[in-house]
Amino acid sequence: MMDILNALTVLINFTVIPALAYGSQLALGAIFVTLIYAVLRFANFATGDMMSFGTMFAVLLTYYFQTIGINFGFLPTALLTIPFAIIAMISYMLLIDKFVFSYYRIKKSPPVQFAMVSVGVMFVTQAIIRIVIGPSDRRFIDGEKFILKANEFKEITGLNEGITLKSSQAITVIITIIIVSIMFWFLNKTKTGKSMRAYSDNEDLALLSGIDPKKVVMITWIIAGILATIGGVLYGLDKSYRPFVYFNNMLPIFAAAIVGGIGNPFGAFLGGYVIAFAEIFLTYAYKRFMSYLLPESLEPDSLLQLLSTDYKFAISFSILVIVLLVRPSGIFKGKTL
Amino acid sequence: MRNYSNVIAAYSIMLVLIILVGIFQSWSIALTIMNYCLISAVMTIGANIQWGYAGLINFGIMGYTALGGLAVVLVSVDPVKKAWQVGGLNILACILIIAAMVVVVRYLLKHFKKSKIRNYSIASIIIGGILVLNITATPGIEAIEAIDPAKTGFLGGLGMPVLFSWVVGGLFAAGLAFVIGKIALGLRADYLAIATLLIAEIVVSIIKHEEWLARGVKNVIGLKRPAPYEIDLQTSDWFINLVEKFHSKKLSLISSAIEKQEALNQMVIEASSVYVKLCFTGLFLTVVVILLIVTQKALYSPWGRKMRAIRDNEEAASAMGKNIVKEHLLIFVLGSAVVGLAGAMMVTNDGLFTPGSYRPMRYTFVIWVMVIVGGTGNNFGAILGGFVVWFLWVEAAPIALFLINLFTSHMPETHALKVHLIESASYFRFLVIGIGLLMIMRYRPKGIIPEKIIKQ
Repeated sequence: MMDILNALTVLINFTVIPALAYGSQLALGAIFVTLIYAVLRFANFATGDMMSFGTMFAVLLTYYFQTIGINFGFLPTALLTIPFAIIAMISYMLLIDKFVFSYYRIKKSPPVQFAMVSVGVMFVTQAIIRIVIGPSDRRFIDGEKFILKANEFKEITGLNEGITLKSSQAITVIITIIIVSIMFWFLNKTKTGKSMRAYSDNEDLALLSGIDPKKVVMITWIIAGILATIGGVLYGLDKSYRPFVYFNNMLPIFAAAIVGGIGNPFGAFLGGYVIAFAEIFLTYAYKRFMSYLLPESLEPDSLLQLLSTDYKFAISFSILVIVLLVRPSGIFKGKTL
Repeated sequence: MRNYSNVIAAYSIMLVLIILVGIFQSWSIALTIMNYCLISAVMTIGANIQWGYAGLINFGIMGYTALGGLAVVLVSVDPVKKAWQVGGLNILACILIIAAMVVVVRYLLKHFKKSKIRNYSIASIIIGGILVLNITATPGIEAIEAIDPAKTGFLGGLGMPVLFSWVVGGLFAAGLAFVIGKIALGLRADYLAIATLLIAEIVVSIIKHEEWLARGVKNVIGLKRPAPYEIDLQTSDWFINLVEKFHSKKLSLISSAIEKQEALNQMVIEASSVYVKLCFTGLFLTVVVILLIVTQKALYSPWGRKMRAIRDNEEAASAMGKNIVKEHLLIFVLGSAVVGLAGAMMVTNDGLFTPGSYRPMRYTFVIWVMVIVGGTGNNFGAILGGFVVWFLWVEAAPIALFLINLFTSHMPETHALKVHLIESASYFRFLVIGIGLLMIMRYRPKGIIPEKIIKQ
């Protein structure tokens, strides 16, 4: 009995908790991608860099707050800076939309052209980020680092294995759940949310029934800005902030959005967790886990690792390829809100 | 002739710019830029075949480039005999297992109807296959990587001439493109973009982490070259005589014999690096010209017209009895092969293979900017795009530095803003490229040299 509990503890500590946190971060990004895709109808290749842009503000403000002595008790100061970072992010997005994307929207350009334009935005955003904050690695988490330490857990339960719960992980999951529930409530229950869904379903019909497209587009960017900033800051708190990593994160985020059915926010939400769990479960070395379950004579010599951790990204992309082959519309049917 | 006047003008400006770099910075830098411009031009020809001729969006250029580079290692490096002895059998067995898996899966797909049982059996074959592969490969890989890990630790190549590897690089890329095309070409445009982007990432991560194959992130250095080595040149008499003749006026001004000899030595060293680069320039230029002639012929052949028809109206072309799936696959393979060739050329030029340096920013998005800026569907335009964008990419930092110094000249040297800006001067290249792309897309959506439709 103790062995089974120990094995489970190992599994939870090394796979479930990190996967939940990572999945939440991916989910926020994936909903961002999917919203833009559903309402504005293009694949936004500037996703990772937009998240990075919002996070950059949070990082800079955190440093500023720390120097003038504002903190958030046992919580990271960065949480206090999120509202300001969101405002900066939204104004940047609306500015980009006004000067770049709106022209192509009025011209009704094909989605491929939008995608290419978003590549241009990606370059510009990346340049701004690197010029302002530089490419180096930054940690900006402060306050209490751990909620539960392995030793404490061992003392309480008397098990051999411990569970470590970082506060950044708990914060990530809690904030994600709050934000995502508010967003679904907004999309499904409020009038503005319904008009967004109508616009995404059928643009012409929505226009006929008197929905203001400008307002819909603006609201979409505002929600996107909120999601991008929060997703970015949470990722930065959990790992660290580095512009190049954020750019690369675009790839699993895209994978999550497509796996869940692009254009479907709920699918994107789950897609994030699918990708995260697959990445972590397939690259985890099960040796320690199995050593509790198997009798000593059968104890494994190898690490019992299905794939090396170097292939983390490759796994999520392979899942994407499989989904594209078997069910191109994603696990949940996509394309509309 | 008048039709070509803007093309000629654009290329002359480009050439003058490179010559200016030669005069103001150094000829060695100018030739390096020129060589990279030519390599970029080959890549843009490849991307242009896919995007310009057929409207296929391929964000996987990085993957083909890396595969082309891998081909150079696998073909030109001398084989590591010890590694083959200890682990060769395991690797060969693995290749056989993979081949068997592919055959079985294909057989299942062909001869059984779509059903749950079929899906599950395919999945179990793949998972079982991976497990078996793991078991067979691990001892072999460990043995191979243990052999002199600082220098080899991989299987090595075939020891063939490096120029042959360019062809192999193209073939490798074509093979990969065939597989990807089979999987992904049915997807919508933006799905295809994302899928190819991610598949390229898989390819690079395999090259990076399979160290028995090409040393992975430990890099392979000292690759063969199709040009003489600087050190050999510096010791050969004909070259020294040539340099002496070339600089005879300058040398005759120096009176003392020792100083003369020193000056000559310096000149020989400089001239040798320029000479080697010129050799590469000649080779690359030949490739570009051959490709240009072939692609130009293809573009204006009935086949090229068919491709444009498919691009402009798929349904109409399909109604006329053109096999769209087949043509798309063909053009995907052809374009990728050209990109693979460029990847091989680039690794040959560098003389080293560094899988860690393959990043989507540099090898996919910049190439795309080149095609869009230069002119989609026009080979001259695509090549020009390669030149212009690569030139900007390299020269943006010095230009930015110059401008920063100009605008902050009133500030003291230690001013925080000035120091910060000077430190981040190299990132202005992203800004230049991004704004350039946005401007071109907005005000000249067909590129600097737009596609010409010849009415027949």
